[in-house]
Amino acid sequence: MTDVGHAVVEWLANTEWSVALHESQYGYAVVESIHVWALCLFVGFAIVLDLRLVGVIFRGVPVAHMIERVLPWTRAGFVVMVISGVLLFYAIPVRTYHNVFFRAKAVLLILAGLNAFAFHYGVARRLPDWDVNGGLPRAARLAGVFSLMLWASVVFSGRLIAYNWFDCAKRQSPLISTLAGCTPEMIDPYQ
Amino acid sequence: MLLPLFEALEASAIGEGIRNSLWMFPIIEAFHLIGLAVIGGAILVVDFRLLGLGLRNHSVSKLAHDMQPWVIGSIVVMVLSGLPLFLSEAIKCYYSFAFWTKMTALLLAVAFTFTVRRYVTSAPDDRYSPLRAKAVGLTSIALWATVGWGGRWIGFSG
Repeated sequence: MTDVGHAVVEWLANTEWSVALHESQYGYAVVESIHVWALCLFVGFAIVLDLRLVGVIFRGVPVAHMIERVLPWTRAGFVVMVISGVLLFYAIPVRTYHNVFFRAKAVLLILAGLNAFAFHYGVARRLPDWDVNGGLPRAARLAGVFSLMLWASVVFSGRLIAYNWFDCAKRQSPLISTLAGCTPEMIDPYQ
Repeated sequence: MLLPLFEALEASAIGEGIRNSLWMFPIIEAFHLIGLAVIGGAILVVDFRLLGLGLRNHSVSKLAHDMQPWVIGSIVVMVLSGLPLFLSEAIKCYYSFAFWTKMTALLLAVAFTFTVRRYVTSAPDDRYSPLRAKAVGLTSIALWATVGWGGRWIGFSG
């Protein structure tokens, strides 16, 4: 079975801008710094929203105000996060694509997205019923807890992408090889 | 002058233990980064309010009061996770411009947060002019952003 994703990242890695970003002295580091700054805004504000949903902080602030006033900044942070993240991927496409932590992060991102979707189209729709006086419903608290755990895991796995323990350039166990999509020809004999 | 001290710190048992482990540095680093996200949110939500953004219908002092334990708690987590990271590569840090930038900014940021920012954010909203509130918010963001930048660049130095 051909790995279409692999063919795509191979092609990406040979584009001029990918090579330029990879080889530039400061370009990659600057994008990485922006990614970390945006993390403070995006994950930081997501945590603030989640802590409100769990009922730990800002109990005097209606959840509706949080959604109206804090969520737009969270979204703005997310946009910067995605743009800088895509650039980081673009600079090192093949290795990142075959990185187990990157793949774990992708799955966790999808789960975090589904959780946010379920909150906004689920319990948040009945917001006027429970916000302020009604107390926090279990579903809202759960969404907050799931979100906190998922974003922490996203940050965790994101940080570990930088490490090469499970790179396909080294001989890996069958489990890791399957998860990372390694093939024998990727093994670097000099590793 | 400080180099012998940094050499001794690098030779410490904790520093050695982390250096000899494949996993420890990255794992501690990942927790350090989660701590960064918490401190980011806890600081920024109040600084944004000082700038007139975000939760501007709510009193600064109430927001700051709620966030205070999270600011202190995340600083504790950051220091507890940052120290072992530092011990494992103290000599590299000694020669790193980013490290010294970060430590200077950190000192200023902590001093500013627990003095000027604390006074302004615990006073009634009308005590300080919006311009002053904005100056405090901007200073806080600038100082903490420098801390974060320096931290990230320690990894690019050496």
